Amino acid sequence: MDTTRRGFLGSTAAVSGAAMTQNLAQAADEHAHDHQALPSEPALRVKSLESLLVEKGLVDPAALDAVVDTYERKVGPRNGARVVARAWFDPAYKARLLSDGRIALRELGYGGAQGEDTLVVENTPHVHNLVVCTLCSCYPWPLLGLPPVWYKSAPYRSRAVIDPRGVLREFGVTLADDVEVHVWDSTAELRYLVLPERPAGSEHLSEDALAALVTRDAMVGIAKVALPQKGTRL
Amino acid sequence: MNGVHDMGGEQGMGPIQYEKDEPVFHASWEGRVYAINRTLGAWRKWNLDASRHGVELLPPADYFRMSYYERWLTRLIDISIKTGLVTREEVESGKPAPGSSKTTPPITAANVEAAATIRASARRSEAVAPRFAVGQLVRARNMNPVGHTRLPRYVRARSGTIERDHGVFLFPDTNAHFLGEKPQHVYSVRFSARELWGNEARPQDSVHIDLFDDYLEPT
Repeated sequence: MDTTRRGFLGSTAAVSGAAMTQNLAQAADEHAHDHQALPSEPALRVKSLESLLVEKGLVDPAALDAVVDTYERKVGPRNGARVVARAWFDPAYKARLLSDGRIALRELGYGGAQGEDTLVVENTPHVHNLVVCTLCSCYPWPLLGLPPVWYKSAPYRSRAVIDPRGVLREFGVTLADDVEVHVWDSTAELRYLVLPERPAGSEHLSEDALAALVTRDAMVGIAKVALPQKGTRL
Repeated sequence: MNGVHDMGGEQGMGPIQYEKDEPVFHASWEGRVYAINRTLGAWRKWNLDASRHGVELLPPADYFRMSYYERWLTRLIDISIKTGLVTREEVESGKPAPGSSKTTPPITAANVEAAATIRASARRSEAVAPRFAVGQLVRARNMNPVGHTRLPRYVRARSGTIERDHGVFLFPDTNAHFLGEKPQHVYSVRFSARELWGNEARPQDSVHIDLFDDYLEPT
């Protein structure tokens, strides 16, 4: 890219006067525009790879569309929020969920890739749980969808285990001195979901209204669940 | 292997960059890479552990320079070539080799959903005896294998307590290299933050890690 730019400037150096300035400005503008419209290098490589794999009959492009659609539209943190709300609403379900997550999650229809063995860990006034994968990016896909960039990034993966309280402070969660922090590093094929504390004052809410309060961040353990500010209708 | 992917406890990686209302994929090619990975795996030329190891084999500078899905793309191409699904020439030209025959993909739009939910778990039904019991004090081995391992460096030679026996799973260290599944017990091991990081850590804080029988020894 640099050589192209230098070459371009070099070749216009001979042009003189106002025309040059104008042409240069115009060309530079077009250049910038072209650059934006140009597909990125990985985009080109993926396009070429996909067309090769399709031509060889190794993948079905419609299956690829379906996988993308599944994770963009169907599977995401709303699933996990439904589980959390059910646990808050139904103490018997919560007991099953904490003793054997696999069975309790299957009751609600959740399982499958990267969620075959999910453990649910409960936040209480005395214990705060935080989930990480220091080695790669393990995450409970069926319940939360695909992980956000920060979860997969070096800063989070490196610090969550050595400085969980600092990480939590960065996300705006300050824990009392007597709270125990339990960090869960997903090093094997177990996946973790945090059951956040039910916010005080939510006793009158329906299961659906409770689910609407639960965020992805709370289920990873970097946030708490809060009631909406006064004046907001539920 | 002692690679840069094993980053628990590293320092100086900078602030955590949180993106509000982050999209699932930041560009459509990321979604394609993800989907190709998922569906191409159905040819069973490799397994999840081999695939993870593919990312670990990236040179450190590339690992940090690349975005997450660029790493996936690179290892996908590498492993597809290594296992003979495609050739380097085909990847470079984007065209099948002259005279190669066309096959039928195992995953199609019709069965993709079913395939996603029945995807093979790493749990195994073999009756393997556990080497350790819940409540037992254990030490993570000090080992430095050059191949794939899921024993992070920050717990090696540290002592912890078995809190839960998760049952029997295939062993990534052998499975990643196609050396067999070597099924064995996986335990949730609790390490106190002080054992891992010293006296500046809070005495009540802990890290829980899932470790295989072969990673542990009695204290």
